Amino acid sequence: MTIAVVDYGVGNLFSIYNALDRIGAGPTLAREPEEIESFDGIVVPGVGSFGRCMRRLSRFEPALQRAMQEGTPILGICVGMQVLFEGSEESPEEGLGWIDGRVVRLPDSVLVPQMGWNTLSIRREVEILEGISDDDFFYFVHSYHCVPVDPSVIAATTEYGQEVAAAVSRENLFAVQFHPEKSGEKGLSILENFVRLSRC
Amino acid sequence: MDLRNVFTRRLHLPIMTDTKRIIPCLDVKVVDGQPSVVKGVKFVDLKRQGDPVELAIRYDRDGADELVFLDITASSEGRKTMVDVARRTAREVSIPFAVGGGIGTVEGIVEILDAGADKVGINTAAVKDPDLVKEAAKAVGSDRITVAIDARRNTDLKEGVSAFNIEDGTRAWFEVVIYGGRTAVELDAVGWARRVEELGAGEILLTSMDRDGTNEGYDIPLTRAVAEAVDIPVIASGGAANPDHMLEAFRDAGADAALAAGIFHRREFTVRDVKEHLRSHGVRVDLG
Repeated sequence: MTIAVVDYGVGNLFSIYNALDRIGAGPTLAREPEEIESFDGIVVPGVGSFGRCMRRLSRFEPALQRAMQEGTPILGICVGMQVLFEGSEESPEEGLGWIDGRVVRLPDSVLVPQMGWNTLSIRREVEILEGISDDDFFYFVHSYHCVPVDPSVIAATTEYGQEVAAAVSRENLFAVQFHPEKSGEKGLSILENFVRLSRC
Repeated sequence: MDLRNVFTRRLHLPIMTDTKRIIPCLDVKVVDGQPSVVKGVKFVDLKRQGDPVELAIRYDRDGADELVFLDITASSEGRKTMVDVARRTAREVSIPFAVGGGIGTVEGIVEILDAGADKVGINTAAVKDPDLVKEAAKAVGSDRITVAIDARRNTDLKEGVSAFNIEDGTRAWFEVVIYGGRTAVELDAVGWARRVEELGAGEILLTSMDRDGTNEGYDIPLTRAVAEAVDIPVIASGGAANPDHMLEAFRDAGADAALAAGIFHRREFTVRDVKEHLRSHGVRVDLG
């Protein structure tokens, strides 16, 4: 079992690297597209704006696409979730478009960014959320949220001014809007679930 | 009419739905080449209290939502030390943390983030060059930029400032101070808060210089004035001596998070004590 964290130059992968290291996943930072193909699981982090992430991630797109088609579990985190969609109100760049739908700004009725802890409402039983209940808190930092065309991809939502997609999954593709690497023990459980899936 | 837009948290509804954060703050000073947590009383008379990373681990276990490290020396030696503190902390704790103090360039911000910090606090450098906030937000995202504002009351009202009622019924405006509280800059803190929001700050860490280290509680009029002026989270800071003070910051001032140092360092209260108190008063907190 080997886990790659895609290091596409958006910085600050220390937290996710450390979290994976702490649960014994022995992560590797993959700086070149050809590196990621030999791994059992791939984590796509995301920091900063949608556009900046997409510009830097685009050279990894063919390799990631192949990995996804081969069934390699992929986990997108935060903007790493948003880039799976077709596009975002934040930036003109196109997203990967693997999930139909767009990324829109959080409503004006709440403080933006959402910066803090929030609970999930689990919509669907998925392996990645095994052991997680509706009372558990996770750390969110985001100004935009994903709106899938097909709501059945949503695995969990959170309430922030409105219902917001907190986790999506489709076959071997998983993504969370919150930061499991910054969410204490329950966050680490989600990473452990992902690592376990990567072993299968 | 969408009632949701009317009944926002700014109207201080008795039931608050947002989860409030409790943030222990670690003021760090380099003593004999070692980083050491100190707690100032009105920013002077510092007393050594321990290793920042050890304290960070304790607060993580105790249910802290986030941590803030402030380099109070704001020196170049201090900055190097903070990069090391950030790196060690990122390895040991699984909650978010911010680092501030003496960081004045986008490169400096990126260096701290790359070392594993989640957010960077900028203060004096932002006042001196507001475009730094804009450039930093563009480079690393608003989510990672906390603008720290230190303010004190000024009863000498003048044109162009927003005046507010204070406890004794008189009026005051809130003046920004920089260089760790040493220099007043005739800048209105409420207007400055709005400006940094426009420039791309993701959050405001608001410290009352009048209250810091006094144990008299947060400056509620100051905190409320700023929290009502902006649509980004505001962290109340300065003066907390007990869980009731934190309750006031949330209930009476509309703060999004409450920061405290001394009461946690001296073990007068644990983060859990504070959260249990808040929960019993209807404030939503993460008690794990």
